[in-house]
Amino acid sequence: MAGSILRLENIEKSFGGTPVLRGVSLDVAQGEFVTLLGSSGCGKTTTLRIIAGLEQPDAGRVLLGGADMAGVPPERRDVNTVFQSYALFPHMTVEQNVGYALKVRRVPKPELRQRVREALALVQLEGFEKRRPAQLSGGQRQRVAIARSVINRPKLLLLDEPLGALDLQLRRQMQQELKRLQKKLGISFVYITHDQEEALNMSDRIAVMKDGLFQQMGPPEEIYGSPKTAYVARFVGAANILHCHVDQVEGELVRFANAQGSGAFLARGRRFQPGEPVTLAIRGEQARAVKGLDRSAPGLLGVVKEKSFAGGLLRVTLELSGGGEFVCSRQGLDSDLTPGDQAKIVWEPEHACPVDQELSQSPAGKEGGAGES
Amino acid sequence: MKNRTKLPILYLGLVLALMYVPILVVILYSFNESKISSVWGGFSLQWYARLFRDRAMFEALRNTLVLGGASCAAAGVVGTLGAFGMTKARLRGQGAVEYLSALPMMVPEIILGMVFMAFFSLIGLPFGMGTLVLAHTAFCIPYVFMLVKARLVGMDPSLAEAAQDLGAPPVRVFFDVTLPLTAPAIASGMLLAFAMSIDDVIISVFVTGVDVNTLPIKIYTQLKTGVTPEVNALCTLMFLATLAVCLLAAFLARERKAKE
Amino acid sequence: MKAKARQKKGWAWLTVLPLYAFTLLFILGPLIYMVVLSFLTREEVWGVRLEFTLDNYAGIFEPVYLRTFGESLKLAFLSTGLVVAIGYPFGYFMAKLTAHWKKRVMLLLMIPFWTSSLLRLYGWIIIFRAGGVFDQLLMALRITSEPLKLLYTYPAVVVGMVYALLPFMILSVYSSAEKLDFSLVEAARDLGASPLKAFLTVSLKLTLPGLLSGLVLTFVPSMGLFFIADILGGNKVVLVGNLIQEQLMKARNWPFAAALSIALLLLTTVFLWLSRRLSKEPS
Repeated sequence: MAGSILRLENIEKSFGGTPVLRGVSLDVAQGEFVTLLGSSGCGKTTTLRIIAGLEQPDAGRVLLGGADMAGVPPERRDVNTVFQSYALFPHMTVEQNVGYALKVRRVPKPELRQRVREALALVQLEGFEKRRPAQLSGGQRQRVAIARSVINRPKLLLLDEPLGALDLQLRRQMQQELKRLQKKLGISFVYITHDQEEALNMSDRIAVMKDGLFQQMGPPEEIYGSPKTAYVARFVGAANILHCHVDQVEGELVRFANAQGSGAFLARGRRFQPGEPVTLAIRGEQARAVKGLDRSAPGLLGVVKEKSFAGGLLRVTLELSGGGEFVCSRQGLDSDLTPGDQAKIVWEPEHACPVDQELSQSPAGKEGGAGES
Repeated sequence: MKNRTKLPILYLGLVLALMYVPILVVILYSFNESKISSVWGGFSLQWYARLFRDRAMFEALRNTLVLGGASCAAAGVVGTLGAFGMTKARLRGQGAVEYLSALPMMVPEIILGMVFMAFFSLIGLPFGMGTLVLAHTAFCIPYVFMLVKARLVGMDPSLAEAAQDLGAPPVRVFFDVTLPLTAPAIASGMLLAFAMSIDDVIISVFVTGVDVNTLPIKIYTQLKTGVTPEVNALCTLMFLATLAVCLLAAFLARERKAKE
Repeated sequence: MKAKARQKKGWAWLTVLPLYAFTLLFILGPLIYMVVLSFLTREEVWGVRLEFTLDNYAGIFEPVYLRTFGESLKLAFLSTGLVVAIGYPFGYFMAKLTAHWKKRVMLLLMIPFWTSSLLRLYGWIIIFRAGGVFDQLLMALRITSEPLKLLYTYPAVVVGMVYALLPFMILSVYSSAEKLDFSLVEAARDLGASPLKAFLTVSLKLTLPGLLSGLVLTFVPSMGLFFIADILGGNKVVLVGNLIQEQLMKARNWPFAAALSIALLLLTTVFLWLSRRLSKEPS
């Protein structure tokens, strides 16, 4: 794709015989905020380090602004990184830290001072020039790290879980600030986190990563509303996973039945045959447990196991007849359900999403990809 | 509860006092008029005057300082370079060399003295300042090496990476980040090496030449043969120097803490 | 990419070259020579003959020399024992001080530590000399009526050794005890343990690393600090160190001196290995 800031083509990387990246491809456009989302060990940090040039891929290409970065060391790439530990130079002042990228490029002193001042103003740390990292709070250090990496206006900024060490309040605040900064500067961001709320809040596109592969990539609504695999469905917003068999197909509407009951979902353009096994993901917020429904009505039959209240949502856990659990959640405190009640779980067909098996190897068909078998 | 804390403090005080007794005795007797140290003859500064006229003593002092300086410098260079190389890459024989270089610290000094003396005469090196520097460097290197290596190993690797990421080529990274952060360890190592060198007597006795005297050797031979009270005066001055350095170091440490 | 790694290695080799060269030349070389030397025969007047012999090692087993080794070991154990008895409580109590006092005591400890060892020894000479300070004190207190002549006696040497080695033990124990979480001791007391029991089961066990490394720092030098025995003990106290020096300088029997040194080295290595085993044991 012409004009893309970053392009990864089938990146593979192993450490000591263990494959960490198994064919990762990515296109980041100008000004885009892309998040790599996944649990620890999935390969997101390695991907970032390869983009920065701190690691070399075993196979695949890294293209920045269309140019192949093979053999190009980190100091010559127009990419900057915000490290997880901030990596502020402890023996330098804030001014020297922030101005380092300019000092290395021999920017004359007066201009350097001016630009440092501007960068500090961007992150609301005016006047902090002479302080040392040891004297700053966690949030302040974080902002110095950001100022340091944007001062040179790189085309691409890599951020490795920058908000991980901050408390919840500060984290939420910094999320807003980072997003604002990104839009203002127009820099493309590649952001790493394991916090799905953060990813959903900030990103233009999310890539959910597992075991060195992208499971799904797309805008937040798509990831949330149409998860492709059970893993994505579970990782981004809790989901209930249901295994069943197709009963009838009526155009877009597909009915299924299984030991727990019956229900329907939308085909979403795919073709289903009666008898075909299907895995469905249904979000707890989009299902309701209702008492007193007719036995023959569509829905899953279950017995209320427990009710809990967490973070503004009322969670009702039901034990399904035929085994398994289902969690419904909704706003509000009142509910006429008590543990032991029989209830039916119902949902709108468009809220049940058919999902696939997880990707265990790189999707076939990419150019030059040396896929594993 | 208050009564229980008395015993520890008393104990500490007692032991500390006992530690200073010999030192204080030496200082006291340096002002003794009488030549025989057991008899107090009255207050006098004559031994200090005698000391300042003693040529041989000054030469020994000069030798000691030169020796200490040369050894700690050589050990500083060799040890620091070695520590850097060994932490950057896996090299063959690394473990063995590391162990060997630390041997001088673990081996009784008499053996080291003997070993060096035998070896130097085997290869025909003339005994003198040269052999002294070689021997001292050998036991000084581990101090520098271990301190620098510990610092390098404990240093956050993302600091050097950040510098690179911001545009600094490897040489720049070394001078801007790695070296400044390692400097304190190098300095402490060299300081420790210097202190060890100027106090060494056993090894020096074995590898020195006939006409090269260091201060410790001179004092040692005088202690054995017959003590001239000048030695008291010399020791007192040495003690004052040590005291000054210790107090300075403590003061500097406090200053640095206050800045943070 | 592989070329870069190789280039990095090239630089690394360059930087370690001085260390490698120095170590191989001036540490490994002499050591090897010493081993070789111990198997050679001594020439009549001076030097060595290139003749392989085990006589030197056999010579060690002569009673007079064995006795010297025994004496050295005895002195080492005695000194070390005293150093532990005096130094351990010191380090422990020091760790319990407030931060303010810790710094002060540390400074007070550092000053004698950095003071020349000879200077401190000399002080003891003045004190122990016949008619010296110690005698005068005792006579003034009417404990003795005649000068004790403590110089050139065994006890004087012990005092000198303990004095010289004490700071190492204190620092070792302190560095370990400082990290001790005293609330653990309080917890033990809270659960019903007597002060002694709490100490033995909690404090002692947790400060063991410091104690053991202090032992190593004390025992090994005590086998070789012959100049203390030389100065404070005169000819009365003969240690292995004195023996080696004598054989080297006076008797000019280098092979024998080498053999003695190797025997001493083996002894200290055994001890070092033992203490490392002990410190690894999960007791």
